[in-house]
Amino acid sequence: MDLSIPTRMGDGALARMTRAEIEAAIRDGVAAAVKRAKVEPLTEDEIAHLLDIFASRSRFSAVDIGDEVTLSYDGCGSQDMGTRLNDLQYYEQYLCADSVELYHHDYSYKPAKAVLGLEQTVMRQAQYLLTAPCGYGAMPNLGLYSVPDGPIANWSQLLPMGKIAEARAAQEEAVELAADDIVLVAGSMAEAGADFIDLDTAGAAGDADFLAALKAIERIRARYPDLGIQIGMASEFVLGMHGELEYDGVRLAGLWPREQMKLAARAGVTIFGPAINVNTGKPVAWNVARTIAIAKPCCEEATVPVHLNGGMGVGGVPMHILPPGDAASRASRAAVDILRLDGL
Amino acid sequence: MQITRGMRLPQAKEHVAGKLGVSVADLSDPVVMLDVRKERGLGSSTEAGEILYADDPMGLEAKFHIARLLDIPINSVERFAAMTGEHDRASV
Repeated sequence: MDLSIPTRMGDGALARMTRAEIEAAIRDGVAAAVKRAKVEPLTEDEIAHLLDIFASRSRFSAVDIGDEVTLSYDGCGSQDMGTRLNDLQYYEQYLCADSVELYHHDYSYKPAKAVLGLEQTVMRQAQYLLTAPCGYGAMPNLGLYSVPDGPIANWSQLLPMGKIAEARAAQEEAVELAADDIVLVAGSMAEAGADFIDLDTAGAAGDADFLAALKAIERIRARYPDLGIQIGMASEFVLGMHGELEYDGVRLAGLWPREQMKLAARAGVTIFGPAINVNTGKPVAWNVARTIAIAKPCCEEATVPVHLNGGMGVGGVPMHILPPGDAASRASRAAVDILRLDGL
Repeated sequence: MQITRGMRLPQAKEHVAGKLGVSVADLSDPVVMLDVRKERGLGSSTEAGEILYADDPMGLEAKFHIARLLDIPINSVERFAAMTGEHDRASV
């Protein structure tokens, strides 16, 4: 008799594990989080709950009735059928999205600036059609400001040459350009009716990228006191590409979700989205346990709603273009149950 | 409530349920909420002629009712009211 349970690896591949193997994977994932992020381990009750979720053979897993959370989305729709307005309507009407997000397919604030008039027009049209909150989202994407895509010296080329000061100066210059673009686009989209602005994949280019986002948020908040501002992080840990940048006296390099959240809230976000990376070579149960242990201090101390990023390659969801529903639902349910999230 | 007020989920659910006069549990019950949404003009899935009729608010129309009911500033509603010159007359 086969006692193994169908489950998934971090790349989405189906795997069969025994209950004991799943429990070992969960405990190993928690230990990995404790070692790397210096967080407290999950409790025995929480580990037992994770084991219940992952030892089930059911196709789908869900939170208890009454424990539902809101679902926000970065970049709604595939943009390959109908129009972008149709994409937003599908998300509202058929996927029951609690908020929807218009986006330009380059998904960065810099290229959005070049088509701003078009984006504003589509935003206005979208607002007539939709009832769900409709925002505009893009990435700070600091890399676009360096050669060959932008005017500033490329710090990724300067660093290997040992030109540390020049690389830092280049990033500092890029921060100001990026913040200006984000504020310009955000303000323009707010004037066109956007209900919120999403700075997605913030920190993708490291601490300078995160600083650009924080500086932009501060300026947007000052100008629009009631506008929603959502930030989604690029990864669990802010890379120190610069290494010395600070926001409000806090060094950005090396920050984990709890500290990221505190700074984002101080800058003025209304929703914070931590992103915990997936290890494709480990089981989903391992990844979910690690994700929850890392995100837990952030959720416990949050002063703004937390929407854990749950999608291919983050939040325990397999790194696959079509994440299997069995794995995505288990990862989502586990995070909501244990972290008491405000949304996903 | 989360987007514009930064309110956390338990408080947001309590706030919305209180404004609607329903229980928190009702908020995720589609059977209860369909009637509540229709009665208060809050929009729904549109399913023309079967769920929403010509005299039911939808799209941005419904958002005006949501802003008034929850007593929150919604940017799209504010912008529309300003663009139409309705700000002085609108109750939002």
